[in-house]
Amino acid sequence: MNPEQKRTIPPSPSKIKGYITAILFIILIWGSSVKTESSIGEFIVGFPNIMDLLGQMFPPNWGYFNNITDAMLETIRMAVIGTTFGAILSIPVTLFSASNLVQNAWIFYPVRFILNLIRTIPDLLLAAIFVAIFGLGSLPGILSLTVFSIGIIAKLTYEAIESIDQGPLEAMTAVGANKIQLIVFGVIPQVLAYFISYILYTFEINVRAAAVLGLVGAGGIGLFYNKTLGFLEYDKASSIILYTLVVVLFIDFISTKLREKLI
Amino acid sequence: MSETTRIIPKPKKNKIGLWFIYSALLLIYIWAFSGMGLPEIKQTAGQISKAIFSGIFHPDWNYISEPGGEDLLHGLLDTLAIAILGTFISAFLCIPFAFWSAANMSKGRAIPSFGKFALSFIRTFPELVMAIMFIKAVGPGSFAGVLALGLHSIGMLGKLFSEEIENMDSGPTEALIATGANRIQTLWFAIIPQVIPGFLSYTLYRFEINVRSATILGVIGAGGIGTPLIFALTSRDWNRVGIILIGIIVMVTMIDLISGYLRKKFI
Repeated sequence: MNPEQKRTIPPSPSKIKGYITAILFIILIWGSSVKTESSIGEFIVGFPNIMDLLGQMFPPNWGYFNNITDAMLETIRMAVIGTTFGAILSIPVTLFSASNLVQNAWIFYPVRFILNLIRTIPDLLLAAIFVAIFGLGSLPGILSLTVFSIGIIAKLTYEAIESIDQGPLEAMTAVGANKIQLIVFGVIPQVLAYFISYILYTFEINVRAAAVLGLVGAGGIGLFYNKTLGFLEYDKASSIILYTLVVVLFIDFISTKLREKLI
Repeated sequence: MSETTRIIPKPKKNKIGLWFIYSALLLIYIWAFSGMGLPEIKQTAGQISKAIFSGIFHPDWNYISEPGGEDLLHGLLDTLAIAILGTFISAFLCIPFAFWSAANMSKGRAIPSFGKFALSFIRTFPELVMAIMFIKAVGPGSFAGVLALGLHSIGMLGKLFSEEIENMDSGPTEALIATGANRIQTLWFAIIPQVIPGFLSYTLYRFEINVRSATILGVIGAGGIGTPLIFALTSRDWNRVGIILIGIIVMVTMIDLISGYLRKKFI
């Protein structure tokens, strides 16, 4: 090898793949903007409207806070009850979908498949369906939060169960423990902290979700968005938004502190 | 060896603290359930749920593709387009927010914590309410949905991106500064190459969430499959509700699979 050959720079890898990806991506974005009739021009034309709206929202109607406190408390109640029922119902689902507790693939795969199906449906769609079944009120809201919570808690918990230490389980099997003893003394002590932490996490999500369920008539503070925005009372709408913000941040703060203590 | 069954004393727990937690929980539940009252279940509830179930099992297959464009495939495509464009907009808009709220990008604590507060403010603002406001500005339709998703996603993406920036290796940056690179050069050659895979992966993750959100934007008139779904629900056309639900489930599952595959390739 002479020194000149050494110095030649190796050819850079082919860039065709990158170009094709970029072209496909641009086509995708362009197609989407055609499909949704989005244009920057329209946004600029509409921009004064947004500013106008924000101007009307700005001094929030502080007196309105008294009117919506009841609805706010109802929202939190819905989140508490929905999360609790979801957590209780998710326990059997979790046990049947953990592959180290139920060795039969014919059981845990179908259960997981149903869980995945549940998680594909957004909470607001569930609420709209439950409102069609049970009529207006907080009951459809609670039911939709329950179903929604099962999807999250069961998925997170079965993954926690699958990653537990197998040692205690093997030791207990070796001394002849049955399935229930195995779960009570081997699994629960290991995953309980995670389970509670996931419940709190789901509760945080549910408070946010419950705040908008009222838009489809499922109770809570969301009903007031419809009322105030329908009558163009933007100062009241902004006080609802602020109130929700304060409550959500407060609950998030407490829940995060508790979760940090647990794990 | 007489003491084969020696009982190990139980570790002392903080009993008072536990009782405090239990009683607080009990009070919360008493408050929650006493406020709800007994639920009234309508007489027709059973009938309607039966109708919905039979609708899901006998979906209105003709609705999948109809001449005229008001059908399932167009609705789903519209939903997908809203999610793609909304995610794209927010992925760009959140980059300044991410650098603003990353603790290792600026000196002092005040600037990043203010940025973090701004992001959590955006996150808490419900996207449906944003959509309602954008409808007032640009009129009902998919564009309002795109803007709402684009603005709302900044909250989560900005937070995830800033955490990605905080977790990166500071070695390359220091090396570049030592060789006399200016700020833009360090940004371009040390920071961007490290964070791009994480950014792409989080953007795809948010895209999965946005597909789900876009399906409900139509409920308030911001485009997508939600509008025909609400029409079908109010007109009690359960077979059509069934086919739309199946369509949503199939679309979301497929998007999750594709996006999960791509995310594995990135990281």
